[in-house]
Amino acid sequence: MLDLGLLLTLYPPPKRGAMNTPAPAIRISGLQKSYKDLHVLKGVDLDVARGSIFALLGSNGAGKTTVVRILSTLLKADQGTAVVNGFDVVAEPDKVRESISLTGQFAAVDPILTGRENLVMIAKLRQVKGPKEVADGLLERFGLAEAGGRRVATYSGGMRRRLDIAMSLIGEPPVVFLDEPTTGLDPEARIEVWGIVQNLADNGTTVLLTTQYLDEAEKLADRIAILHQGVIIVNGTLAELRELLPSATVEYVERQPSLEEIFLAIVGDKTPANGENTKSGKEER
Amino acid sequence: MSAHTVSNTGVMLGRSMRHITRSMDTIITVTITPIAMMLLFVYVFGGAIQAGTDNYVNYLLPGILLIAIASGIAYTAYRLYGDLQSGIFERFHSMPIARSAVLWGHVLTSLVSNLISVVVIVLVGLLMGFRTSAGPLAWLAVAGILVLFTLALTWLAVIAGLTASSPDGASAFSYPLIFLPFISSAFVPTDTMPAPVEWFAQHQPVTSIVNTIRALFAEQPVGNDIWVALAWLVGILIVAYVCAMAVYHRKIA
Repeated sequence: MLDLGLLLTLYPPPKRGAMNTPAPAIRISGLQKSYKDLHVLKGVDLDVARGSIFALLGSNGAGKTTVVRILSTLLKADQGTAVVNGFDVVAEPDKVRESISLTGQFAAVDPILTGRENLVMIAKLRQVKGPKEVADGLLERFGLAEAGGRRVATYSGGMRRRLDIAMSLIGEPPVVFLDEPTTGLDPEARIEVWGIVQNLADNGTTVLLTTQYLDEAEKLADRIAILHQGVIIVNGTLAELRELLPSATVEYVERQPSLEEIFLAIVGDKTPANGENTKSGKEER
Repeated sequence: MSAHTVSNTGVMLGRSMRHITRSMDTIITVTITPIAMMLLFVYVFGGAIQAGTDNYVNYLLPGILLIAIASGIAYTAYRLYGDLQSGIFERFHSMPIARSAVLWGHVLTSLVSNLISVVVIVLVGLLMGFRTSAGPLAWLAVAGILVLFTLALTWLAVIAGLTASSPDGASAFSYPLIFLPFISSAFVPTDTMPAPVEWFAQHQPVTSIVNTIRALFAEQPVGNDIWVALAWLVGILIVAYVCAMAVYHRKIA
């Protein structure tokens, strides 16, 4: 039996970024931010390990987006520090911007341009070599090759979000912020996005994900933190979070398929990412 | 200015120029509406207007150009507002690019598109009987004044685009600007107006700008008008730029 943990200690995945330090990809300490009378962040502390998927959970207005905006140098904190990829967001914002990319809550794509033009634009801005080839490669990888020549205004929500994430990957930033990446998507598109995120982390990218969907955090995240009333009230792995509650009791409940499973079984050939195959019966004859 | 900034600004300029060429609405408002107005004033009202000139197209053209620019810059505010709303403004600002390129892309787009519509309107004017014997230097002076006018109004548009709370609000600020030429020497001589209106017309920027351009085209001495016009234009440009940058820095960390 291969011990994956041991294997990773022996052969750690290649790390990109500042000087191969074992320091976390993101380190936030004592972060505070107020908007006028509203004290949104009251001292947030958290570390995100390199190459991990970290989910920041919280209800609407909890301040998740505020944290992401501070980390991506769009907003200045009132107090506290934030370090991304070894660079302080206030002291070295340019280095931080080189290290990150942001996929916002509302797909920040240009609807008047085509999908390809959006990608070429970002590649040119990041001064990546061969912007056209980079764009074509990403269109292919994200299943947008056919739609690449159409204006984004004609895309579905899922296509827009895939394009949005594709735009974020240009220049291969070591840290990616995904601010509610599946809000407003249909179940199939959500599962697609989950696959993309998982893929990113598998390739060594650090992902900070904010979400209000608990199942999303459960499926994707290596660590989960809950932001509530301006502070992190819980921070740990899913197993650690489970231990916070009294141990499980065994109950017998008739298992009905969830509406999501039914929907996916009827409309497509994709199965939910948790591996429960609801249409295996169809294959037998 | 580094090569990086120039390259980034070029990409931004290309992007918003595409926005213009792909929206018929913009092209119609910015170019066709002033041309229609010129046709209306020359062939419908022109016969009844006593402007004391034998070529009313010559008299009218400078004012029409200013109206075209004033309506054109409204779209700059509108596009900037759209960028802020869609989130693409934040995407750009979270990227390793020269941040100034984001605003300058819009400003240069405004300059290029307005100059294109000015050229088209002048060409139509020539077809309608606009004549000038102005030399290269006078043309250059006219071009310089129009560029200054466009830049000054564009930076006003940037303030509107950054502070608006609705798309209508973003472009509404331009209505008074479009209206200003009507209460100036652009269509009729100001001395035919009632005293208070005449006083206003004489002391607002459009009159001095129109008089300067008209004199340059007619190869007449520009007199004091050119200095009054330049003072207005440079003054508005500096104040608008400073305010726009202050608003911008409040908006973005």
